[in-house]
Amino acid sequence: MIENRPVSTAISHFVLLAGVAIVLFPIWITIVAASHDVARLLEVPLPLGLGDQFFENLKQVVGKGVEGSTPIGIMLFNSLVMALMIAFGKISISLLSAYAIVYFDFRFRMLFFWMIFITLMLPVEVRILPTYEVVAKLGMLDTYWGLTIPLIASATATFMFRQTFLSVPDELLEAARIDGAGPMQFFWDILLPVSRTSIAAMFVILFIYGWNQYLWPLLVTTDKNMMTIVMSIKNMMEALEETPKWHHIMMTALLAMIPPVLVVIGMQKLFVKGLTETEK
Amino acid sequence: MLKQVHFKSSALPYMLVAPQIIITLVFFMWPASQAVYQSLLVEDAFGMSSQFVWLDNFIELFEDDHYIKTFGRTLFFSAMVAMLSLSVSLVLAAMADRVIRGTGIYRTLLIWPYAVAPVVAGALWVFLFYPTTGIISTFLTSMGYEWNHQLKGNQAMALVVIAAAWKQISYNFLFFLAGMQAIPKSLIEAAAIDAASPAKRFWTIIFPLITPTTFFLLVVNIVYAFFETFGIIHVVTKGGPANATEILVFKVYNDGFVGLDLGGSAAQSVILMVLVIGMTIFQFKYIERKVEY
Repeated sequence: MIENRPVSTAISHFVLLAGVAIVLFPIWITIVAASHDVARLLEVPLPLGLGDQFFENLKQVVGKGVEGSTPIGIMLFNSLVMALMIAFGKISISLLSAYAIVYFDFRFRMLFFWMIFITLMLPVEVRILPTYEVVAKLGMLDTYWGLTIPLIASATATFMFRQTFLSVPDELLEAARIDGAGPMQFFWDILLPVSRTSIAAMFVILFIYGWNQYLWPLLVTTDKNMMTIVMSIKNMMEALEETPKWHHIMMTALLAMIPPVLVVIGMQKLFVKGLTETEK
Repeated sequence: MLKQVHFKSSALPYMLVAPQIIITLVFFMWPASQAVYQSLLVEDAFGMSSQFVWLDNFIELFEDDHYIKTFGRTLFFSAMVAMLSLSVSLVLAAMADRVIRGTGIYRTLLIWPYAVAPVVAGALWVFLFYPTTGIISTFLTSMGYEWNHQLKGNQAMALVVIAAAWKQISYNFLFFLAGMQAIPKSLIEAAAIDAASPAKRFWTIIFPLITPTTFFLLVVNIVYAFFETFGIIHVVTKGGPANATEILVFKVYNDGFVGLDLGGSAAQSVILMVLVIGMTIFQFKYIERKVEY
């Protein structure tokens, strides 16, 4: 504490509370809309408080699915597979390549480093059509591989692990060598355990990144059984009726945001660390 | 870069980098070179034959009024998203840095939007602003301001800016707060002893010291608005009404997958690639210049 200024502290809290209220308002309204029936959501003014249809809507959306669409369970499963494959895939290949670049002196080391570095710059959105063509040529449309591998080609994780490895004291390797450990033994038994916070932090960021993908899955999947939960929101809003069925849309939106929100809130410390340390 | 103590070269490091290099080659180098190659071709409507036309696709783009407008619109959109999101999060971070109790709770409550997918965020804001029933839109209409983003271009633009800025608040807030908390308390205390008011301390000490963070966030926000807002725009306006919210990434998608103009879409991709590379290099230059406390 620097000085005691009760009035300005009170103002700070007030501004923060107002900020929180504005930021969380759309999310609160999602929960509210998911708890009313369709008739109430067409009656102006719309409710600001909870209704009693929450579990009824949940049962309908989860049980019967939304009219003509893929069952929610399958979509949640697809999203989970996509998020986990992207997170584990990126972490594994990045750990290996960062280890090689930091701990080995070999020919073309810098060439490889720059090849990886350049992928940092180009999000899949800017090379979308040619990437789609490549995936189509390889026969990977409508597969989990096609959905995830092109998104694994990015350098963020490699950079974070490179930073982590560079901060590991040299004495660890010296000691391991004296004890007769080979390169892979050093990697498994020493380097991975000391890097576990970075790995977990990266996992949080990549899980959310993977779960929230939209444009790429939209292009590579045409099979209904490959649809992800995030994609279904758009389809539901485009259903042919004049007014969208908001109670179902908002319930689905809620289901789509719960897993990543839980991950962020539950692993908040790691998430903040991962975010602020990767980018700097 | 390389550890002082390291392993000698063998086959092992090549095997270690192989997975990432193979994926980079197949899903990155190959498509990127395809994009450059295709941007130099014109295909006929049936994709039967193609002709090498050098830079004609690019010249055509820059002579196309529609494309130039889309470019300007994208710049406007990203500037608005960055300004709105940065100013809101700067205020909130400054307040959270000041209060002694509750910083952690405020942080927990403010990071929610980060986890929400852009499409989902778009859907939430459409619900709030839905012309006939939305909570905010009907409120505005009752106040005498008629809201219909499905018909009015400037309102559609405002809505996508709000939705995109909302999602980015968490990220900016976390970085601003981390930046402010890294400033040694002794600096602030010294200023307080010299009777500088909190506002004065903010503008003369805190704000200048977090300049690197602010610049970093500015670039990140612009990149975000350029490339990661596709989902929001696709669900909120589909680029409409009358192209009022069509930004560059949306046009690449639209021309390539809906309009099937491969050469034109590839040329746009190449322009975007040059833009991102430029922004990334700019960002790295700035980050190297760190402020010493």
